[in-house]
Amino acid sequence: MLETPHDKSGGWVGRAIERVEDAALLTGGGRYLDDLGTKPGTLHMAILRAPHAHADIVSIDTSAAKALPGVAAVLTGADVAGLTTSLVVGVKAPVECWPMAVNRVRFVGEPVALVVAQDRYVAEDALDLIEVAYEMRPAVVDPLAAMDQGAPLLHDGFPRNIASDRSFRYGDPETAFAQADHRIAISVRYPRNSCTPIETYGLVAEYDPHEDAYDVLANFQGPFSIHAVISRALKVPGNRLRLRTPRDSGGSFGVKQGIFPYIVLGAVAARVSGRPVKWIEDRLEHLMASVSATNRATTLTAAVTADGRITALDWDQVEDCGAHLRAPEPATLYRMHGNLTGAYDIRNLTVRNRVVVTNKCPTGLNRGFGGPQVYLALERLVQRIAVELGLDPLEVIRRNLVPADAFPYRTASGALLDSGDYQKTLAAGLAAGDLQGLLARRDEARAAGRIYGIGYAAVVEPSVSNMGYIATVLTPAERHKAGPKNGAQATATIAIDPVGSVTVHVASVPQGQGHRTVLSQVVADVLGLKPSDIRVNAEMDTAKDAWSIASGNYASRFAAAVAGAAKLAADRIAERLARVAAAQLNVPAEDVMFAGGKIAARSNPANAVPFSRVAALSHWSPAQLPEGVAPTIRETVFWTPPELTAADADDHINSSLCHGFIFDYCGIEIDRDTGAIRIDRYVTAHDCGTILHPGMVDGQIRGGFAHALGAALLEEYAYGDDGSFLTGTFADYLVPTAMEVPEPVIVHTQTPSPFTPLGAKGVGEGNCMSTPACLANAVADALDISDVRLPLAPAAVAALIHGAEPPAPGGARAAPAPAPSGKGERLMRGAGKAHVAAAPEAVWAMLLDPDTLAAIIPGAHDVRKVSDTKFTADVTLGIGPVKGRYKAQVALSDLDPPKAVTLSGKVDGNLGFGGGSGRITLTPDGTGGTELSYTYEAFVGGKVASVGGRLLDGAAKVIIGQFFAALARKAGGGAGTDGGLISRLLARLSTLLGRDAP
Amino acid sequence: MPRLSAAARHTVRFTLNGRPVSGQAAPRTLLSDFLRHEIGATGTHVGCEHGVCGACTVDVDGMLTRACMTLAVQVEGCAIRTVEGLAPASDRLSVLQAAFRRHHALQCGFCTAGILMSLDVFLKAEPDPSEEAVRDLLSGHLCRCTGYTPMVRAALEAAAELRDVQGKTAHA
Repeated sequence: MLETPHDKSGGWVGRAIERVEDAALLTGGGRYLDDLGTKPGTLHMAILRAPHAHADIVSIDTSAAKALPGVAAVLTGADVAGLTTSLVVGVKAPVECWPMAVNRVRFVGEPVALVVAQDRYVAEDALDLIEVAYEMRPAVVDPLAAMDQGAPLLHDGFPRNIASDRSFRYGDPETAFAQADHRIAISVRYPRNSCTPIETYGLVAEYDPHEDAYDVLANFQGPFSIHAVISRALKVPGNRLRLRTPRDSGGSFGVKQGIFPYIVLGAVAARVSGRPVKWIEDRLEHLMASVSATNRATTLTAAVTADGRITALDWDQVEDCGAHLRAPEPATLYRMHGNLTGAYDIRNLTVRNRVVVTNKCPTGLNRGFGGPQVYLALERLVQRIAVELGLDPLEVIRRNLVPADAFPYRTASGALLDSGDYQKTLAAGLAAGDLQGLLARRDEARAAGRIYGIGYAAVVEPSVSNMGYIATVLTPAERHKAGPKNGAQATATIAIDPVGSVTVHVASVPQGQGHRTVLSQVVADVLGLKPSDIRVNAEMDTAKDAWSIASGNYASRFAAAVAGAAKLAADRIAERLARVAAAQLNVPAEDVMFAGGKIAARSNPANAVPFSRVAALSHWSPAQLPEGVAPTIRETVFWTPPELTAADADDHINSSLCHGFIFDYCGIEIDRDTGAIRIDRYVTAHDCGTILHPGMVDGQIRGGFAHALGAALLEEYAYGDDGSFLTGTFADYLVPTAMEVPEPVIVHTQTPSPFTPLGAKGVGEGNCMSTPACLANAVADALDISDVRLPLAPAAVAALIHGAEPPAPGGARAAPAPAPSGKGERLMRGAGKAHVAAAPEAVWAMLLDPDTLAAIIPGAHDVRKVSDTKFTADVTLGIGPVKGRYKAQVALSDLDPPKAVTLSGKVDGNLGFGGGSGRITLTPDGTGGTELSYTYEAFVGGKVASVGGRLLDGAAKVIIGQFFAALARKAGGGAGTDGGLISRLLARLSTLLGRDAP
Repeated sequence: MPRLSAAARHTVRFTLNGRPVSGQAAPRTLLSDFLRHEIGATGTHVGCEHGVCGACTVDVDGMLTRACMTLAVQVEGCAIRTVEGLAPASDRLSVLQAAFRRHHALQCGFCTAGILMSLDVFLKAEPDPSEEAVRDLLSGHLCRCTGYTPMVRAALEAAAELRDVQGKTAHA
């Protein structure tokens, strides 16, 4: 519960005051990107996206789209490439990375063309008129398979799809493994997922041809190192790319870093159309093609003593960055490089890091950023060590934790763990969460035959990234050539206006964290004011504000770095104000204090002047400033911690400034029948250094926990083997709701960081690192298994309990089970019968006649006969929420007139593609009519498969049923054997499915 | 029901938070787009445009409605309430809104408008709900920031406060 700040003075930091942000957000007064309005004449952009995971673009015909009234411009990848340069790629390799496909598409959803039109509706109409011909290539989606000899190659510059392959060695791992009592290994896969903010990407771009300058408003979140990437791609110096952010952002969690390729597209669209261009991403675009966390395949091996002490680790990580290595990747892999030993004192380490590309959406920032992937492996390994050595997992954790007297502690790979007392935090968590009670509940549940498990996880949460850690992907020689990269500039500006009121500006780009509130507390304390006296602006404008490459909201850097910079700026202003006041109060500057809106003599508080009078003096009477005192109008601080040094010649890297500690444990119960996991209790004990606002810290923990719970139990960006994207709606990509997220027991200890101005550390990402591992360990304990795959959705857990689902019981009317598809698209099979009141010969003639086919193929128009057995048609079909036009090619084969024929076809359209074949058998019914039976097999891919997957089987049945019902009608025989009721139902269904009733 | 031409824009009139409004809409214009861009009521947000996330939830004639799944021309003559109409005055918060602020039940605030509308309608029908019932209602909304529990607490506390106010009014 937050407190209402009334009249208390002093000591605002550390109090959970109500947020200054909230009133506007609660009353509909937010200023999110799409709320801000645009200049008259602003055009709207829509993007045509690839339906295939891997294909060459043979041709693109945009003429019909360009001719549509209201369309201002249509651009293809070649057009964009003509006005830009490739986005920089973070490894040394001869590859390009374009924001729109040039000649070839490499993932489903990759931009292929864009339309700029008077409104979004017309722009989307025009997308339907663009004709793209593709030549398919085989796709690869599994990162290990991608490295196989002969696997489809995505980029010629990445041999065997490997973008980077580096090995590291720290300490003496060979001796440690040789001397170890045990060698224990685990292989894990971290799945693809994303934190999916509820507000999608959005931007408004303008171009000034006279100054060759771009002005872009976008809900970008930083890091602003990306500004350099964008301006380079647009071929302008940084001062000709003005990048601004709105006041409010509807969540990001790292994800909105990934908007930057669209900033390039929007900027080019504005340049070509000569008008401002706006784009708001839709949800399908976001799920399919924005950005995702990396999926990773890891094998981790430990050298372990008989009593459970880990003496060495051997990491083999294969990181899947999707189809392009977009900046700042492969940062996800290297963000944790200093922290590969987690919270443990392990001196010997080998690492092999491979980065591969596959036919999936490119990856990028996502809450936890590398931590979930590392800790799933490390903490699962610790649990396996306990199981294999017959030890209590908690005991293995305890025996390996970094000792409390070892801080600051340099890890084997170079991180400097700033502070902590892991044993104390662990003990606090055990006490507050009642582990003993939880163990008793497990005993009780198991005695009653129920499935119950307890899991643990201990992790170090890094925050404030070293801008130089990404360079660890380069060899020391390459780094030497490129020059050292390091640091993490944080900026804050404090300004005093002519009436002495105080404004704070920071380059922190919040997305709901409450930065404005916390900064008002920090500055109020320094200046003896109330938070309500301080106005904070956290909007960004690269043309006017102080900023640097590390600016932005990521790597949990706010509390540690940005709030600290604000404190330093306030200190500097206060120091000068004290000297001004000292002259007026006739006391030494050291005796001046700030309290209650006044500046007073500490020795005699009655000797005081109002803050505002002293504060305004620099505006009205600068000549009165004491000798040597600079004006107090504005103070900007750039702060970078000296501990963030560049990687050394031996690849040691202090990848982050601060290191919080988290100890989690939980009890879960699994429903034996359904496999559903119920979290009985979840305890999370944190040490994030000094807490600036307890309510917001708990809010970050709860939010991170909910994200992690989704990653562990529900969420996965699912792909077919052919690269089809299968989770294009929130009904397919399941995220936790209020029914799934319990309240964790939150425990705090505070060990201030010696490296940050306020002693604070980051806290926003830790549970994304600890919770998936903790839940996985609980499931491993519950089911006594070693191989735990996320996400632990009920069906997957049920399969662990019962084995794979048995085939459905047989029966005359049972539908054949969906066949495994060699290529991985959605494959459907079915069979049916119909009755037609015409002789087989007549039916045969109808099947070979284009006019008849035009009348009976659902949604067909413009059927053309190519040869006696080949036809083409335009077909309009609706499946689920997606209605679209397709080009169909139909062929007849295996003709056995008038008894049987095979009808095969292929459809292709902007919404997807599909195909299939069916065998139709005609049998005389003895009364002049025909019994018609059919079997079919069909597959569907592209957008239709992404958003309509759950509906496809039903839709296929309906559409095929319509075909035969229409055939029966056309033959003049009324309905088929379905009878009237079924036909009416079919008609009703097809209306629901979005097309006219037959 | 009048037949509308797809090519033309049509005048749509309804009351928004008690005041008459009107604007021009093509038949395919979504209510969410119409409210935001034609009427200028940007408090209602769009999160998925397929009816799952709940951010665009508004009250149409007392019924909770996904504005992204509704055509603007469907609300001709209706009474619509949105987040902009919940507070008793422009510089005040409603009981429910104040409880949300107290309990830190929002962070980015993007999903909040729809959630407030659902709870507002729900608490009128169920003034004394259980936590389970509140969670069940909230399961029609997706929030990625808060972990939901602060919203549950805010709703239960607001319900108690509203009952208290109503009790006093009834006895007055």
